[in-house]
Amino acid sequence: MSTMTLAKALNAGLRRALDANPKVLLYGEDIGKLGGVFRITEGLQKDFGEDRVIDAPLAESGIVGTSFGLALRGYRPVVEIQFDGFVYPAFNQIVSQVAKFHNRTEGRHAVPMVIRIPYGGGIGAIEHHSESPEAYFAHTAGLKVVTCSTPNDAYWMIQQAVASEDPVIFLEPKRRYHDKGEVVHDTKPLPLHQARVVRGGTDATLITYGPMVKMCAEAAAIAEDEGRSLEVVDLRSLSPIDMVTLTNSVRRTRRAIVVHEDVQTLGLGAEIAARLSEDLFYLMESPVLRVTGHDMPYPNSRVENDFLPDVDRILDAVDRSLAY
Amino acid sequence: MSQPVQPWSGPPVTAGLADAVTASDEMVQLLTPEGRRVQHPEFAFTGDDAEIAGYLREMVLARRYDQEGTSLQRQGELGLWPPLLGQEAAQIGSGRAVRDTDMIFPTYREHGVAMLRDVPVANMLGLFRGTSMGDWDIEATRFAQYQIIIGAQTLHATGYAMGIQHDGAVGNPDPERNAAVLAFHGDGASSQGDVNESYVFAASFRAPVVFFCTNNQWAISEPTIRQSRIPLYQRAWGYGFPGIRVDGNDVLAVKVVTDWAMERAREGQGPAFIEAFTYRMGAHTTSDDPSKYRLSEETEAWRRKDPIERVKTYLLGVGAIDEAWLADLDAEADEFGEHVRAACKSLRSEPLAHRFDKVFRVPTAEVEDQRDAHISYLAGFEAAEGSSR
Ligand SMILES: Cc1ncc(C[n+]2csc(CCOP(=O)(O)OP(=O)(O)O)c2C)c(N)n1
Ligand SMILES: [Mg+2]
Repeated sequence: MSTMTLAKALNAGLRRALDANPKVLLYGEDIGKLGGVFRITEGLQKDFGEDRVIDAPLAESGIVGTSFGLALRGYRPVVEIQFDGFVYPAFNQIVSQVAKFHNRTEGRHAVPMVIRIPYGGGIGAIEHHSESPEAYFAHTAGLKVVTCSTPNDAYWMIQQAVASEDPVIFLEPKRRYHDKGEVVHDTKPLPLHQARVVRGGTDATLITYGPMVKMCAEAAAIAEDEGRSLEVVDLRSLSPIDMVTLTNSVRRTRRAIVVHEDVQTLGLGAEIAARLSEDLFYLMESPVLRVTGHDMPYPNSRVENDFLPDVDRILDAVDRSLAY
Repeated sequence: MSQPVQPWSGPPVTAGLADAVTASDEMVQLLTPEGRRVQHPEFAFTGDDAEIAGYLREMVLARRYDQEGTSLQRQGELGLWPPLLGQEAAQIGSGRAVRDTDMIFPTYREHGVAMLRDVPVANMLGLFRGTSMGDWDIEATRFAQYQIIIGAQTLHATGYAMGIQHDGAVGNPDPERNAAVLAFHGDGASSQGDVNESYVFAASFRAPVVFFCTNNQWAISEPTIRQSRIPLYQRAWGYGFPGIRVDGNDVLAVKVVTDWAMERAREGQGPAFIEAFTYRMGAHTTSDDPSKYRLSEETEAWRRKDPIERVKTYLLGVGAIDEAWLADLDAEADEFGEHVRAACKSLRSEPLAHRFDKVFRVPTAEVEDQRDAHISYLAGFEAAEGSSR
């Protein structure tokens, strides 16, 4: 067991993935000498060489499209997209090619690759550096989408994603990169697509993922002081969604609030609300509520805190849910 | 550049330096780093020394603008700043080759060009302070919003140029009625699909657009050779229009070459590509640490090619300016710096509530409902605060 930041845990996980399989390649802009703008790949080019940790020309469509070819040739590319907003030049390759290939080849071939994307806001950045693009990918059949919220999950999930036979969009909560936590090295990790109950509770379930897990845990701690018991579930996998863990929780609490930074309309909250109402309609005491970013382009950084869900907005939703 | 390379292996660290040595014989230069005027068989600067002194002044002000940006970021007044240090000649030389009726599509680093286009300092800084998104008027400034998505603006520029063409504003006998577009992009951007498509469209339609590629040797940590195995300007010919390399640290050469390219575009002869061979003396942005990926020897070698020093040396040598003139310029730069700082520190963001109204031109009930909910949610806090007092 050791304590490290989420960024370092990803680095350690990638190192293990490179060690475990000579076909694994890291591929992206500025990931070599620089170690990526967030230093997630720091030191890896030095240790594994320029042929396995590859600085690509500046073109995301090119990076993902050539990764597709490398994957067909038996390699396992792990792509780094520098920031969330820069994945869109590659969107065509991801949704039209990577996602559809297994289907196109009648199940004969897969293109196992990982596309790592630092995502989310709260870091005071300029346009295109704070977005939450998860819904686009979760909406696309043929892509698996996961996101970590703790160093331990970062360490294990990145290795599981690399080992996955299907393409995985791996979302990294960039505002949590420097948060520290325990990484348990000698353990059997949770399956990649299983959700995790972060904190037990009885009055309502906060369903969340990525950067908002910490926020929800904080909200639950404050609620406890006020005599309310909130359960917090970290989805971890956005596609597929672990409905077993979700319904087990909500069956007990009978109230659910989904929290994410992404905008509201057609976000993960909409899907989860629909599924919970299908599965547990007669049991629920109140409609599923959503605490999300507003339906607008990500705002200028000086007002981003009014855009992003915070403890107050979460507790306000809890009040409304309980008062229903 | 011709030595064999391993597949995928990295380029030499001193790519910028090595290239700079071989670059000289194929690039247009009219003023040497030592401040000596030289002849070029095709390009001549015909302006007088007063005009050159004007460029010196503008380069000094651009550098001051930039220094203030960097220090404002250090003080926490700006969230981020991408320095232009070292690229003053590329920006002032090209910026002075556009007319009021021409249009400019910048990257995120053309602060010097923005200054020439009268983009108000406060409106520019708001973007980097996080108080606004890019709050200036394209029509008034003829300077499009900064573009963060690498290369996207080159297609916009090409489309705008196609519009100019459709308007019949090219190839008129009366040159005053003609216009063209200047599209900036970097060496890194030259790899993007958008950029390559813009070359194709510009050539196909003979659009009046000039691609001004600022080859500052680096795209964050990647040297230009990672993007191109041949000099960038040579690519243009493959797309079907002329490409030319200019000493990007020579304001006279940049001005003359950009004049030439813009004029032929206005006359209806189609696009052209200019590779301004220069160097990013500073970090990529204030978040970057260049010591991780490049040698200080390289930066030092380029310091000797400084775009401002050579003009000073020349003008002092011919007696067009003297120390008193330079002292006046210093004072003007100090005053400008003061203005930049004051303009920055006074900037405040409007509340988030206003941003709901900027999602659409024609508002939707959905977004308006969210706005109203947001406003009443905030009002709830104010009421609670009021009652607890
Ligand atoms: C589509 C996209 N991918 C990646 C980035 C991140 N990024 C910002 S600047 C930059 C390098 C650009 O290099 P270049 O085009 O040479 O311009 P310079 O910064 O040198 O002026 C990169 C990779 C981005 N802004 N947009
Ligand atoms: Mg560059």
